[in-house]
Amino acid sequence: TYMPRPGDGSPRAVTLIPGDGIGPLVTGAVQQVMEAMHAPVYFETYEVHGDMTTVPQEVIDSIRRNKVCLKGGLATPVGGGVSSLNVQLRKELDLYASLVNCFNLPGLPTRHENVDIVVVRENTEGEYSGLEHEVVPGVVESLKVMTKFCSERIAKYAFEYAYLNNRKKVTAVHKANIMKLADGLFLESCREVSTKYPGIKYNEIIVDNCCMQLVSKPEQFDVMVTPNLYGNLVANTAAGIAGGTGVMPGGNVGQDHAIFEQGASAGNVGNEKIVQQKKANPVALLLSSAMMLRHLQFPSFADRLETSVKRVIAEGKCMTKDLGGNSTTQEVVDEVIAKLD
Amino acid sequence: TLSTVASPSYPIRATLFPGDGIGPEIAESVKQVFNAAEVPIEWEEHHVGDTVDPKTESLLTWESLESVRKNGVGLKGPMATPIGKGHRSLNLTLRKELGLYANVRPCYSLPGYKTRYDDVDLVTIRENTEGEYSGLEHQVVRGVVESLKIITRQASLRVAEYAFHYARSNGRKRVSAIHKANIMRKTDGLFLKCCREVAEKYPDITYEEVIIDNCCMMLVKNPTLFDVLVMPNLYGDIISDLCAGLIGGLGLTPSCNIGEGGIALAEAVHGSAPDIAGKNLANPTALLLSSVMMLRHLQLNDKADRIQNAILSTIAEGKYRTVDLGGKSSTSDFTKALCNHL
Ligand SMILES: Nc1ncnc2c1ncn2[C@@H]1O[C@H](COP(=O)(O)OP(=O)(O)OP(=O)(O)O)[C@@H](O)[C@H]1O
Ligand SMILES: Nc1ncnc2c1ncn2[C@@H]1O[C@H](COP(=O)(O)OP(=O)(O)OP(=O)(O)O)[C@@H](O)[C@H]1O
Ligand SMILES: [Mg+2]
Ligand SMILES: [Mg+2]
Repeated sequence: TYMPRPGDGSPRAVTLIPGDGIGPLVTGAVQQVMEAMHAPVYFETYEVHGDMTTVPQEVIDSIRRNKVCLKGGLATPVGGGVSSLNVQLRKELDLYASLVNCFNLPGLPTRHENVDIVVVRENTEGEYSGLEHEVVPGVVESLKVMTKFCSERIAKYAFEYAYLNNRKKVTAVHKANIMKLADGLFLESCREVSTKYPGIKYNEIIVDNCCMQLVSKPEQFDVMVTPNLYGNLVANTAAGIAGGTGVMPGGNVGQDHAIFEQGASAGNVGNEKIVQQKKANPVALLLSSAMMLRHLQFPSFADRLETSVKRVIAEGKCMTKDLGGNSTTQEVVDEVIAKLD
Repeated sequence: TLSTVASPSYPIRATLFPGDGIGPEIAESVKQVFNAAEVPIEWEEHHVGDTVDPKTESLLTWESLESVRKNGVGLKGPMATPIGKGHRSLNLTLRKELGLYANVRPCYSLPGYKTRYDDVDLVTIRENTEGEYSGLEHQVVRGVVESLKIITRQASLRVAEYAFHYARSNGRKRVSAIHKANIMRKTDGLFLKCCREVAEKYPDITYEEVIIDNCCMMLVKNPTLFDVLVMPNLYGDIISDLCAGLIGGLGLTPSCNIGEGGIALAEAVHGSAPDIAGKNLANPTALLLSSVMMLRHLQLNDKADRIQNAILSTIAEGKYRTVDLGGKSSTSDFTKALCNHL
């Protein structure tokens, strides 16, 4: 049993960013389920959209105060003058680790079995440094910045995660044969940290081979630790093989704050048709909010939510189109609520 | 097979780099198959040295590069580059020195060889000379390193141009530009801009843009959504390997590098596979299919068809398959079987 400290049951404020596209639909789903469970959280909702130039200060302040945020996707204009607000949030709050869990859900047939991969991705530097400029007309440069500090702390986080969650192996993903210094530094940091965890196996894989192995023998992977961009690709690939980005939970975490969102978001945010038909899959964000409840030390609420979502999937009657069904977001929500213990 | 009036240059001279690891074994396989199929090609064999040639700053000699330049066509096995430090990547040296700007990697499901994915039929075209592979890296201060990704208008335009040209001349309908311009707005933004410009000149080809993370996800969920894909260097490396995984692994996927002035250097996508090198276990299919691409480049389409059909029917028949495809055959047995299918 979980012996709480006095006062542990008092409701916690969580910053909520519904976001763009399918965001409001799936965050709405979470709100309904939380309410039905009488979960000890209440939301402070803020409008943020991908085409804003910056994240409003009051939103940052709210997350700083609440420490925890739940967020729908943001549609970042491609190639335009706006920089990704996701990246701004991660940098501003120093949410240096992104975590995505990609696993097969019982009842959801996929091409691959026995997938249970956790991708731990460095979230603040690398290819996402935002340092780009035109050297002369027709020649542009983008800086990939890698630091010992950030490489070390993400490696530590990955091993700590593995240790605390009884995972057996950590795989570092890199392209150090080409980026000898940058990815070399990343690998060096991972190796150093790995020596402090003798109970956890450590290996390394080149990112292209990694993606190939993911689509052929995904069961070989356990926890993966990656620089920024590779993690984005590896997570979305792993999500794709395990059942789709519509079901994989995840979040971003730093020393003081955490933002929970759909783990791998590719292909979802901007899908207008799904928005109009109100048929976005809420499963990923529901599972992310279970992670959030656990993070807030409400383990039994987390378990109840997760169990109910898994029941709905296992039964297979009420699923959205990406999972082969035809249900609306609301129908899935109602079913999840009906199956709560 | 000797010289005729129409083709005065027979036999054609082509450069062959057997390469490292499994390279010599699979190159031997190609030589045998070419002999059996009476392909009018005379190989000029070049090996990777063990000392650095100051002219190329690499283990590849100037003479080797000259050979490809002179012949205009070649086939190369894998060349291993040590991880972390050491000399310049051999593959990179070749690409840069020979201006091999586009890397064409077709990927299709092999009839009779079942994987988790059916009906894959796509081609990735990878920019080969710049991007994340610029080789420009430095330590700013202790513990802080920078690596430069360079995108130029010139290189982007020519690879885009090649992609559309390839699509049109191979009866393909759609070109997808793969990018991460929501994050790398200027570099990938420029790449996209160039693709759009070229797309305007090819109204018969549908053009679309896909963010790379989304592309990875779509590929593993439904690879039939794609036709021809064009992308910057690193993305091409990753996506083409992922595609290889869809159809059965690196032992199967060919590629051909296209350079300035019509140079073509075909090569297998895979590396030197040190784990199985020297054991007569490697699958020569990838290098063989690469040599088929080389033959097509030389307009030797009859020979190309003959060899390609023999490869496909040997694999489809299923009696002789290498270990990576779940079979028991050695490289040489597979090659023999293939020659009998010619
Ligand atoms: N305007 C858009 N149209 C279509 N898809 C989009 C759009 N904006 C974002 N996406 C999709 O959602 C994904 C995630 O976007 P999001 O803004 O959450 O993250 P990001 O800033 O791209 O960083 P990362 O995806 O690397 O974590 C994108 O990579 C893309 O696949
Ligand atoms: N032609 C082939 N036949 C059978 N297996 C292969 C072949 N090519 C690659 N493999 C297998 O695929 C895996 C990846 O090998 P690959 O050579 O591409 O990368 P690598 O070992 O990192 O070599 P390199 O350092 O040269 O890139 C290895 O396990 C290898 O055995
Ligand atoms: Mg994202
Ligand atoms: Mg590769």
